[in-house]
Amino acid sequence: MTDSPIHFVLDGDTSVQADGSDPTRTALDLLREHLGRTGVKEGCAEGDCGACTILLGELDGERVAWRAVNSCILFAPMLDGKAVLTVESLAEGGTLHPVQRALADGHGSQCGFCTPGFAMSLYGRSIGAEGTRDTPVADVIAGNLCRCTGYGPILEAGERNPPAGCDDRKTAALLRDLPRAASGRGWFAPQTADALAALYAAHPDARIVAGATDVGLWVTKAMRDLGTVIFIGDIADLKGIEESAEGLRLGAGVRYTEAKEALARLHPDLGELVRRIGGLQVRNSGTIGGNIANGSPIGDMPPALIALGAALTLRQGDARRTIPLEAWFKSYGVQDRRPGEFVESVWIPRPAPDALIRIAKLSKRFDSDISALCGAFALRIADGRVAAARVAFGGMAGIPARAPACEAALTGQPWSAATVEAAAAALARDYQPLSDLRGSAEYRLAAAANLLRRLWHEAQGERVSVLDMALDG
Amino acid sequence: MADAAPSPPDAVHAPLRHDSAEGHVAGTAVYIDDFPEPPRTVHLAFGLAAEGHARLVKLDLSKVRASRHVWGVFTAADIPGVNDVSPVAGDDKLFAENEILYPGQPLFVVAAIDRESARRAARLALVEAEPLPALVTIAQARAAESVIEPAQRMARGDADAALAAAPHRLQGSIAVGGQEHFYLEGQVALAIPGENGQIHVLSSTQHPSEVQHLIAKVLGLSHADVTVEVRRMGGAFGGKETQAAAIAVACALVAHRYKVPAKLRLDRDDDMVLTGKRHDFEIGYDVGFDGEGRIAGIRLDLASRCGATADLSPAINDRAMFHSDNCYFLPAVEIVSHRLRTHTVSNTAFRGFGGPQGMMGIERVIDAVAAHLGRDPLAVRQANLYGPGRNVTPYHMTVEDNVAPELIAELAANAGYAARREAVAAFNADHSVLKKGLGLTPVKFGISFTTTHLNQAGALLHLYSDGSIHLNHGGTEMGQGLMIKVAQVVADVFAVPVEQVRVSATRTDKVPNTSATAASAGADLNGMAAFNAAETLRGRLAGFAAERFGVATDAVRFTRDGVIAGEERLPLSQLCRLAHFARVSLSATGFYATPKIHYDRATHRGRPFLYFAYGAAISEVVIDTLTGEHRVLAVDILHDVGRSLNPAIDLGQIEGGFVQGMGWLTTEELVFDDRGRLLTHAPSTYKIPTASDRPRRMTIGLWERGRNAEPTIHRSKAVGEPPLMLAISAFSALTQAVAATAPGKGLPSLDAPATPERILAAIAELRAQNG
Repeated sequence: MTDSPIHFVLDGDTSVQADGSDPTRTALDLLREHLGRTGVKEGCAEGDCGACTILLGELDGERVAWRAVNSCILFAPMLDGKAVLTVESLAEGGTLHPVQRALADGHGSQCGFCTPGFAMSLYGRSIGAEGTRDTPVADVIAGNLCRCTGYGPILEAGERNPPAGCDDRKTAALLRDLPRAASGRGWFAPQTADALAALYAAHPDARIVAGATDVGLWVTKAMRDLGTVIFIGDIADLKGIEESAEGLRLGAGVRYTEAKEALARLHPDLGELVRRIGGLQVRNSGTIGGNIANGSPIGDMPPALIALGAALTLRQGDARRTIPLEAWFKSYGVQDRRPGEFVESVWIPRPAPDALIRIAKLSKRFDSDISALCGAFALRIADGRVAAARVAFGGMAGIPARAPACEAALTGQPWSAATVEAAAAALARDYQPLSDLRGSAEYRLAAAANLLRRLWHEAQGERVSVLDMALDG
Repeated sequence: MADAAPSPPDAVHAPLRHDSAEGHVAGTAVYIDDFPEPPRTVHLAFGLAAEGHARLVKLDLSKVRASRHVWGVFTAADIPGVNDVSPVAGDDKLFAENEILYPGQPLFVVAAIDRESARRAARLALVEAEPLPALVTIAQARAAESVIEPAQRMARGDADAALAAAPHRLQGSIAVGGQEHFYLEGQVALAIPGENGQIHVLSSTQHPSEVQHLIAKVLGLSHADVTVEVRRMGGAFGGKETQAAAIAVACALVAHRYKVPAKLRLDRDDDMVLTGKRHDFEIGYDVGFDGEGRIAGIRLDLASRCGATADLSPAINDRAMFHSDNCYFLPAVEIVSHRLRTHTVSNTAFRGFGGPQGMMGIERVIDAVAAHLGRDPLAVRQANLYGPGRNVTPYHMTVEDNVAPELIAELAANAGYAARREAVAAFNADHSVLKKGLGLTPVKFGISFTTTHLNQAGALLHLYSDGSIHLNHGGTEMGQGLMIKVAQVVADVFAVPVEQVRVSATRTDKVPNTSATAASAGADLNGMAAFNAAETLRGRLAGFAAERFGVATDAVRFTRDGVIAGEERLPLSQLCRLAHFARVSLSATGFYATPKIHYDRATHRGRPFLYFAYGAAISEVVIDTLTGEHRVLAVDILHDVGRSLNPAIDLGQIEGGFVQGMGWLTTEELVFDDRGRLLTHAPSTYKIPTASDRPRRMTIGLWERGRNAEPTIHRSKAVGEPPLMLAISAFSALTQAVAATAPGKGLPSLDAPATPERILAAIAELRAQNG
């Protein structure tokens, strides 16, 4: 059929073979053009609207672990060895799934173009897909945009279909028997970190792709040719989540969703930060390692991780080195990375029980937006004084960076409003932010200082969160 | 009369779901990109000007032509007819010639065997352009006196004298940002060549007739050579009224030349860059009022960024003037409207069509007056409402259907406005970082195209001999539920279940010379046209039955139990069969032209609207005074849809309209650079509301006493646009919350959209003022 086939299970009950000879053909294109799955819509081709949402399933012991992802920025080889559900998979024998029924009968669609994506997200929640357990409907669909309804009927349809199990045995059996390509023309999908290290040493110019939530746009928007691609999404030994009394080690391939609970156990603000990164589809694809490796000046996670004293382990062949996370970011677009070297894991020390930690992200929209700035504070107050302070910001410089002047103004000083004022003022010496479409330099500096003031007010027992107010009603 | 017949339980006025609801949720509802592509379809991509205003020196397309899989490239020189895709003024070129007017303007279109090849090739053009000075902002265009048409003046009474005599007087201004439509389905068209140079085009457009006419104009064909079809759009909101034309015309151009099908689906970023948006406005006011806050005289100065060409800007800015009064009587008023030409993408229709911006002006005035006097803004609003003896608009139309006072009073009572205002004040006294605000604003929105001749519609109805009904009309479906509403109207005439009525794609060869589905008038116009067609057929069938069964025509009744003619009772299907055998035509057209309306644009006087739609909303918000972050906590809405054709559809329009309006005024910010390039050209940077932005509590009521004073279809009222403006209550509430950070210092100069940055800046500015 093709000299570079990939294989996946479609609709839960059919193994299919498709052309995998173009490593950057999107899964959306493959589904629409090759398989006629035109219920899967392209709304933006950049992972921000969710109209292209599909469910991806992988074997997890005896069962199948499902997750909603954006097919528009997923590359076709990333389907290899997986199970795929599209909106066309949901109705059985012409009978709509209860989620679809609730959307249709409850006036959850108007123009209908976003609807298949919502149906998939809500269906995912109804079967307990990744990131949906104990999660409000609004969070599950934060990565799906609707311009018509105002969301009320869609939220209701979600409420009417609470999580329940699903029988995946047939899909699991098919997945077990599925042939794996693991490589194709112009791409590799190694299964171990050792294999990756060897491959990358041999192909140091190759492009490593984990979740493709960033690199996907290089293809769909910038129309870049990625050259040789190494997909690392299936490398089990990059997916370690090791929690201990001392801290948390996350393999570079751990996706946001997988890391969320462990991070929230380190500190609730970390969990909340993860909740607000992209939509669920993005968090179900994007990885902690990828987020660090791509060197974004905003950096969804890095400011918080830097404030907490995280360290990065890099690997080149069999050699490893560990550096403080802040040392990774050298200057705008430049990281401390050697040829053939990749991010293997990140270590986050567990904060002391008495640490005062606040992480705050400011953006035009709360959900699924990129920070104008993100501030993270890790303070230790002892005997009325600031015994230690680590402060880091994203969006305030060309890289996520610590605030040495602010830290100095805090450290050793009485924990008081006057100290907070002095430290807030010191931020102007730490950063010379730029003005861009997300915010002006003036706003960034003023708001950064105010985040410290807000921390102080909150520590005095004041209510400071508009989000909490909204939840209280 | 349309409202005379009793309605069967499940036809008109029933909360039926959207006719395509099951197709939507199953993914089987077909949009243009979903149609199986005909063999040999070529795919197109526009080549866009990267530079802003510039002289186009040289366009070297050799690399584009040589690119892999490319069939050909088309520029202005390849147009057989006229290089014009404009709705009215003749100034929108399909491809730029000599001068580039704005960044993103199409220079050429490339055709290739697949979409990716076309997109890649389109980037290979070598464009030599000599930059020219770019007017980007309203202020720049005003200073340069760059306009698309002369300023318009609308006035009644002597504003200057009233201002001079007023006990209190305030001046101020507000800037209101634009808005990207962000329909989920981007612009798309597919053109299929036919015989003898004819062409059939599937276009995601609100205005098939205009697309048809423009294709004919560009290709040098007659209208009859071109058929445009649209079954449904994946959202439009005004963004596919004129903006769909260039896409469809480009397809037609290629299909016509190569005799192969041609398809163009814009990439989202390209779509956001090269199609127009809601106009941003700067509104200045000078208002005189008494101690109660009652306005005596007012001058309003409206300035809008129209972009590079006229598009629909004259009518949009007229509508801004028409809504500068909102629900308030302005005894002496002068409104001057400046329509500014800039070197940015040409702004266009967007739900509300200028009305929302006009309303933002007067609602700011009322809030400022209330703050100045230290009065409850609601009391000031109520003191200024139209009423007996105070019922003539600035355009000299008498308001005959004013339900605003009753509706506002009912909403304020039911939602506990007074108690909540006290609770908000108490909260603010107790909190330093967080501040709450409460706002109640009303809406009065004029219904009819203000260009009078557009207020017409046609329908085509077939009865088949099995009694099934094929319905076609000139209105297009963009998600607003037009098709189900009109089907309900038709089902009601024959007393059959709505499932017996098949709605069909809108096509220019079925109903000709249609107006755009716009101005909220889709159901008013097409519902009445379809009603008239159905009445014609019913009358014909009744006459036939009377003759056949020997009874008087008025003894023939269409009921849910069949057609009754004297002693005879037979199903509609049987009557249709009998009529067919008796050689009675079972097909009819219907037509409707809105009565009573007239307007003299030279003097800005007349009755541009048949009636007004009303509503009111209360929003409660909280802001973080340290970061500017905010949430809309709770919303109460009471809206008048007359006697609703379909309450479920109408509620959906109200909720969706509110949230869309809330996005416009809060999170949605268009940022242009100093060359007029749009920086927020993707959903990653342009933020429409998500599910969590929906206020946790939204209580939406349809006004039970609602009944259109005019004989519209079943006494219903238009609902598409008016609810968007209910969101002004959220903006007003945010303004109040900011004001609470510095009590006694008046109203902050908060501009829209109220991003966290603008909130924080408004707080800082207010606190710095001398109070």
